[in-house]
Amino acid sequence: MSLVDVADVAAGVCLVVGALLTLIAAIGILRFPDLLTRMHSATKPQVLGLLVILLGLALRLREPAALGLLVMVAVFQMVTTPIGSHMVGRASFRAGQVRRDLLVVDDLSHTLPVDPTSPEK
Amino acid sequence: MRTAPQRPDELSRPPRVAGLQPAAVLWLAAVWVALWGDLSAFTVVGGLVVAVAVCLVFPFPRLRMRLRVRPLWLGWLVVRFLADVVVASVQVSWTTLQLRREPRNAVIEVDLRTDSDLVLTVVAEMTSLVPGSLVVEARRSTHTLFLHVLDAGDQRGVDKMRRQTFALERRVVMALGADTGPVQETRSEEVSS
Amino acid sequence: MSAVLVCCVALLTVASLMLVVRISWGPTMLDRVVALDVLVAVVICGLAVEAAVNRHTTTLPVLVVLSLLGFVGSVSVARFTQGSDDVEEERA
Repeated sequence: MSLVDVADVAAGVCLVVGALLTLIAAIGILRFPDLLTRMHSATKPQVLGLLVILLGLALRLREPAALGLLVMVAVFQMVTTPIGSHMVGRASFRAGQVRRDLLVVDDLSHTLPVDPTSPEK
Repeated sequence: MRTAPQRPDELSRPPRVAGLQPAAVLWLAAVWVALWGDLSAFTVVGGLVVAVAVCLVFPFPRLRMRLRVRPLWLGWLVVRFLADVVVASVQVSWTTLQLRREPRNAVIEVDLRTDSDLVLTVVAEMTSLVPGSLVVEARRSTHTLFLHVLDAGDQRGVDKMRRQTFALERRVVMALGADTGPVQETRSEEVSS
Repeated sequence: MSAVLVCCVALLTVASLMLVVRISWGPTMLDRVVALDVLVAVVICGLAVEAAVNRHTTTLPVLVVLSLLGFVGSVSVARFTQGSDDVEEERA
């Protein structure tokens, strides 16, 4: 087996593992009871699943120019994902869409101003 | 140039030329060249023109921070981060696939020890990227992060998460050497940024 | 490689169907926008898998753009959600 074959097999494994991680994330989105819990699932495929798939793509393309673009995709995704997830998590906590009965420790609720208009779930 | 300020915070807005930062221009030009896919005089000059135009149209306040990057510690930070992402991904996947069990979550307060905005930002980004923890709220005034932890379980899990965050903060400080903290800016500048 | 393609497409299809179910169920706008974010990630993964199997780089710029713009939707929805006014609690 030549080096090219090894790279192709590794790429195939990476692609399947990445797709599997994405599927697990979708399962999490569907099954978890509240939004903050679901967001843990949401940030996951965009990190490891995507990184693994990009790695598989890089192993398959084997071109320096393409590698630069792939690194950019990974960096952009890793910089932007936390911003989005933080904004959504913060908005949902403040809007009271949290299953407080599922929390074992809650350091935040008592420090936030209570918004009387928000629907308590 | 702007004429009369419409909002109070525009008073303190830096002039447009201040948005022209060499690092930003170079980075934008590099992205442009990478998107074209070939390195030639046309793409490089075009990239520089576009980058300067972007910086003038959307001026960004100058970041003031003292960085002392230590390559070895930075490498350790990245390696530990990737290892954390892999381990935590497996844990979160396992939690996800146990369909019958409801996870026991927690919202914990982590009061960072340094008072550097850069460290706060980097720690918040990295804890968000590692599965299992999510930054719900960040207080710049006290440098406090509020994390939502997936399936913390009990007080032991909560303490473990807090220790991990402090360890991450230590690694960030060692890698970037930002323990001196940035120059404190006035409130008005902060609002406009 | 064709086996890899079939496998990945099957996994990603099931994933996107689940996400569509969540988008349809809601119940809030934020739930939908999070699921949409993940759907964008699924699209990125799908494009990357296709590019890897057929060994071409045509779709790489699309990946760059998607990875940059994917978060705009969730940020704007979060910004305008009721009860999440973007004022820092400095006074408290």
